[in-house]
Amino acid sequence: MILRRVGEMGRFSVMAAVIALFFALHISIGAKAIPVVDVFTALIARDETVFDHIVVWDLRMPRALIAMVVGAALAVSGALMQGITRNPLADPGLLGLLAGASFAVVVGYGLWGSAIVPIMPLVAAGGALAAAALVFWIATAAPGGARPLTLILAGAAISAFLSAVIAAVQLLDQENFEQLRVWLTGTISGNRMDYMGWCLPWLGLGFLAALAVARQITSLAMGDEVAIGLGVNVAQVKVLSLVAVVSLTASAVTLSGPLGFIGLVIPHAVRLFVGTDYRFVVPYSALVGAAYLLFVDIVARVALAPIEISTGLVTSLLGAPFFVWLVRAKL
Amino acid sequence: MAHTATEWVENDKVKVLPLVPQPAAEKACALRVQRLTAGYGDSPILKDIDLEVPEGEITILVGPNGCGKSTLLKTMARIITPSHGTVMLNGQNVHQMPTRHVAQQMALLAQGPIAPEGLKVRELVAQGRFPHQSLLKQWTKEDREAVDWAMEVTNIAQFAERPIDALSGGQRQRCWIAMALAQETDLVLLDEPTTFLDLKVQVDVMNLLTQTANEAGKTLVIVLHELNIAAAYADNLVMMRGGEIVAQGAVNSIFTRENLRAVFGLDARVIFDAEAGRPICMPNLNG
Repeated sequence: MILRRVGEMGRFSVMAAVIALFFALHISIGAKAIPVVDVFTALIARDETVFDHIVVWDLRMPRALIAMVVGAALAVSGALMQGITRNPLADPGLLGLLAGASFAVVVGYGLWGSAIVPIMPLVAAGGALAAAALVFWIATAAPGGARPLTLILAGAAISAFLSAVIAAVQLLDQENFEQLRVWLTGTISGNRMDYMGWCLPWLGLGFLAALAVARQITSLAMGDEVAIGLGVNVAQVKVLSLVAVVSLTASAVTLSGPLGFIGLVIPHAVRLFVGTDYRFVVPYSALVGAAYLLFVDIVARVALAPIEISTGLVTSLLGAPFFVWLVRAKL
Repeated sequence: MAHTATEWVENDKVKVLPLVPQPAAEKACALRVQRLTAGYGDSPILKDIDLEVPEGEITILVGPNGCGKSTLLKTMARIITPSHGTVMLNGQNVHQMPTRHVAQQMALLAQGPIAPEGLKVRELVAQGRFPHQSLLKQWTKEDREAVDWAMEVTNIAQFAERPIDALSGGQRQRCWIAMALAQETDLVLLDEPTTFLDLKVQVDVMNLLTQTANEAGKTLVIVLHELNIAAAYADNLVMMRGGEIVAQGAVNSIFTRENLRAVFGLDARVIFDAEAGRPICMPNLNG
């Protein structure tokens, strides 16, 4: 037991070190490269008189923070969805939640303009929930019921439909949607830091709910009857998980637009290291998700420098092949 | 032992047919089902069932497909909520108690549980400790001892670090049993624990269950398909048909040719195996 605890500490420390490294690397890259050592110095001992320190704190750190938070939120959402539905292919993007949240934000923005900013996470949550309900309803009505494949088909149909509607709305009102255009491809930008304050309560709620249900999800993976026999309040766990998934996804969409495949890829990668026990899968999904999106956002900026690729394109470029492999391996 | 209607007629030449056992013969009752009506949707599968599960004994439920034996077990295990009636566990209604409190006193081995890919045997058995843990009290010495004991009696300690999905059907079933035992409850409900297993493995599983129950003084309620296995292991046999209990009591008085015909529509000879002290049935092939 003690050995296991020590091993756990070691694993956790390694992960924390990786995040710290990516965080510093992420900040050091930009129009003017700042050495990683200077980044750490700036983070530990901020000196207002040094120009680089101001760049680190005020210009670059917000973007790195958003990347971490969004990566963690989407990865934890995916882990919960996969665990609760016993569906290895569950993901906020594949099951239509990202499209639903984006659509709701676009509509809200069209109706009320920037007045919607304070309630943007709430609007996004409503969209995600409605899309998820619709996807589940369509899949349940399909022959054979809500199986991984029918769910994904329904999710793809709803996502495609909503994207088409968004595109049409964009054409009709080009001026207003110019600002949303980049956001809709999934972009991490320090400008969105203004939204962080409105998202924090939802992120807090989502992560806390996810940690609270983590242990029960392992039991639920063995079937509802087994979970009931073990004394798990199944209905409560499912409701809490839904709350966590929707508020985390909505916050992620508010901060960075729809970023696909993170919720799919990260939990599977995490299970390779920590096994199937969700007491470990959930927190490690958060850590690895944070590190992954920092990494992806670094790639997005250096791959074709000085041109910056949209982060959402990179997550899809990396995630789609993994999805194909997963379908071949698990279905 | 609960006396049945037929037994009263034979032993005491009494013409009335009391369904209530004599107080003198009454044993402590681990689980009391009263006037239970339950099922899926509108049409009830169970009709006004009364059943007392004697403490420290092995009660086995048998009956033809669709007779409601699994529904009864699931309603006792609070998986199905009854439309009428109560299931009392130590004086409390299981459908109104907090589900964790029920799980501290009653374990369930569900039918066809899913083995999550990659979950190690020790992790699976440790799930049985869930009702004894809380957010503040995560993992204690008692938890570890209970898990070690459960893996030892079920003889799966050598697989502790292996993933459950890499084991054979019989080994896997022993893991599920270990999980239920790790729950450390006086009462264990088992829904067809031997289905899809070879006869030899069925016997192994039943030996394991009955020996552990006897040594630890546990009460078992088991739904079984195999009549001869039921007859070989039951202390208290319950026969169901059409959502009702048709006969119940000691095996030797219940496992009769008449009851098998009445309950299963099965034409069989019942032979007494003196070595085991138990009856067995042989279906008549040309009859």
